[in-house]
Amino acid sequence: MTSNTPPKKNNWSWRSQAFRGLIYQVIAIAAIAGVVWFLAHNTLTNMRVRGIQSGFDFLSQAAGFDIGESLYPFDSAQPYWQAFLVGVTNTLRVAVLGIILATVLGTLLGVGRFSRNALVRGLCLSYVEAFRNIPVLLQLLLWYVILTEVLPASSEAWVLGPLFLSKGGLNFPIPVWGTGQLWAAYGLLPGLLLGWAYRQWAVKQFEATGKAGSMVILPALIVLLASVAGWALGGAPTEFNRPFKGDFSIENGGALTPEFLAVLMGLTLYTASFIAEVVRGGIASVARGQGEAASALGLNKAQEMRLVMLPQALRVIIPPLTNQYLNLTKNSSLAVAIGYPDVVSIANTALNQTGRAVECISIVMLVYLSTSLGTALLMNWYNSRSAIKER
Amino acid sequence: MRSSKVKALAVVAAALGILVTVPAQAGKTLDGIKARGQVVCGVNTGLAGFGAADSSGKWGGLDVDMCRAMAAATLGDAEKVKYVPLNAQQRFTALQSGEVDVLSRNTTFTLTRDASLGLNSTMVTYYDGQGFMVPAKSKIKSAKQLKGQTVCVQSGTTTEKNLTDYSKANGLNIKPVVFEKLEAAENAYFTGRCIAYTTDASGLASTRNKVAKDPKDHVILPELISKEPLGPMVRRGDDEWFAIVKWTIYGLIEAEEYGINQANVDALKATSKDPVVQRILGTSEDTGKLLGLSKDWMANAIKATGNYGEIFERNVGPKSPLGLPRGLNNQWNKGGLMYAYPVR
Repeated sequence: MTSNTPPKKNNWSWRSQAFRGLIYQVIAIAAIAGVVWFLAHNTLTNMRVRGIQSGFDFLSQAAGFDIGESLYPFDSAQPYWQAFLVGVTNTLRVAVLGIILATVLGTLLGVGRFSRNALVRGLCLSYVEAFRNIPVLLQLLLWYVILTEVLPASSEAWVLGPLFLSKGGLNFPIPVWGTGQLWAAYGLLPGLLLGWAYRQWAVKQFEATGKAGSMVILPALIVLLASVAGWALGGAPTEFNRPFKGDFSIENGGALTPEFLAVLMGLTLYTASFIAEVVRGGIASVARGQGEAASALGLNKAQEMRLVMLPQALRVIIPPLTNQYLNLTKNSSLAVAIGYPDVVSIANTALNQTGRAVECISIVMLVYLSTSLGTALLMNWYNSRSAIKER
Repeated sequence: MRSSKVKALAVVAAALGILVTVPAQAGKTLDGIKARGQVVCGVNTGLAGFGAADSSGKWGGLDVDMCRAMAAATLGDAEKVKYVPLNAQQRFTALQSGEVDVLSRNTTFTLTRDASLGLNSTMVTYYDGQGFMVPAKSKIKSAKQLKGQTVCVQSGTTTEKNLTDYSKANGLNIKPVVFEKLEAAENAYFTGRCIAYTTDASGLASTRNKVAKDPKDHVILPELISKEPLGPMVRRGDDEWFAIVKWTIYGLIEAEEYGINQANVDALKATSKDPVVQRILGTSEDTGKLLGLSKDWMANAIKATGNYGEIFERNVGPKSPLGLPRGLNNQWNKGGLMYAYPVR
């Protein structure tokens, strides 16, 4: 048989690059799976041979230890998995608050580096250089020492209006929740709708006539007024649970422990210095002509930054910013050094009460892995949203 | 300050150690010790009187002397010990993974530890109980006055659970502030973060004496809220080594009972006609052979560290800086609990 067409390439030949690639990948995956299986099998065998009990069954047993601070009541009779949950919420509490505060502070500092005022520029620069060059563990210990060493004992707490500040932490009044406060929420709902509608109208008005009305302050005011009106309708409850000095400590009211405050301050101030650099780099990446064009249009310096520079800088800022958020979350594991009951601290205790080292360490790794992946997912979504829409 | 990170890494590394090492076999520990010429002993990172290094780096304390006695009994030289300072969290993993031969680190014997960690409790070297320390000026006279207070405690100890149990039984609602490191927990107490510090009574005495600016500023409350039998632990699966550790301790206690001490051990070895003394010192029966040791194993140990009473007096007794009374740790015939099985 004769034919002009070349013989069809055999895809299952070693000479096919695609086929070789496939084989290499299969080998690589098999090798990794083999190593993982070997480690897991060897661990279980070794532990059985040495009479070490293993498994996650301990999670449903009573924990038997108390936790110093938690967002919701925890009793030692509750099982281990709930103790872990308290640790996770404590980690998240400090991480979420830290991320918000560090972003605000870091953005201000980063923008400050472009100030026309030399003093502001210098202060921002020295802040960044000081805080990002000191190890974060040292900073946590420093804040903890300052809070516990410098502040007075609870019996001689500093009274700042309704606040008490002492070695016991920050004590503050909390409202006594009743139906009155619920009315404020009822007011908030129409307020939000009204504010949103007004803003839509103002934006339309601006696009139609070019007259810039208040687009942020007025809607916010509407929301606030509506909630206050709701609260007033509910009988304007003003009852507070106020802290007072007890025999040895401040009693009642809400409290933030020095451990929590030190971790929050340390992580916020440290991460803010990195975020400041990220923000500075993002703004510097926007072409100079953009700023000049904004000035030529008659925008003032603040408007230029808010409307022209920052939106364009965001696409450069967000990926490294995500890294900083992940770092902050992971650094919160250092809290164990100053006695904050985060998930690592709880795992340490659980590990020692039960002796399940491998299990407890896996749980901690899983917690950090999932929070980090969650943060990354959220930030990637935001990144794709704020990326420049090419038209 | 990297040390805490390093320690955290060490825990993980020790845990990973279990992942890759091959299973240990019975009888291997003594062979390993003889081959490397050293007993590897897990001790406290720094608890004066029990396990602490002095300014020149020399280790001392009751727990450390037990290691020295074991080295003298197995290798004939009390100096042949390698000390591995361990955190409360690291200690069991270090022993499980074979990093240390014996854990002599004021460790409480409990059912969970004995039954589920793959470890064996040997013999109690110090009968203790958990107590509280408060500043003298706080005017607190009883642990029952600690209602709603913060108490500093080190993590990874039986202490945390005891505190919770006591708080619950007495409706005290005590808030624990838990620290990873002993030093951090002590510091937090001394700066006034917590109204009280809790650990074993012996640990309180050690901390008060070594860390407080003036020991008189702090009082140890009368309540002891738990039983804390402290002693060395070994890995399971090596009964020979388990027996050596256990009988070294029994030997030291029995030596006190029969009046053998560091000063007279050589003289008694040469002259004593008491069959019990002869057996202990290996001049008549060869008890060492049964354990896989030399004939004079116990004589070597006593020569190196003295008998149990001497070890107690030197490190923690009434005349030492810690000034702890002999109490439960006295011989059984003097009102204490120290009752050695007979070496014979």
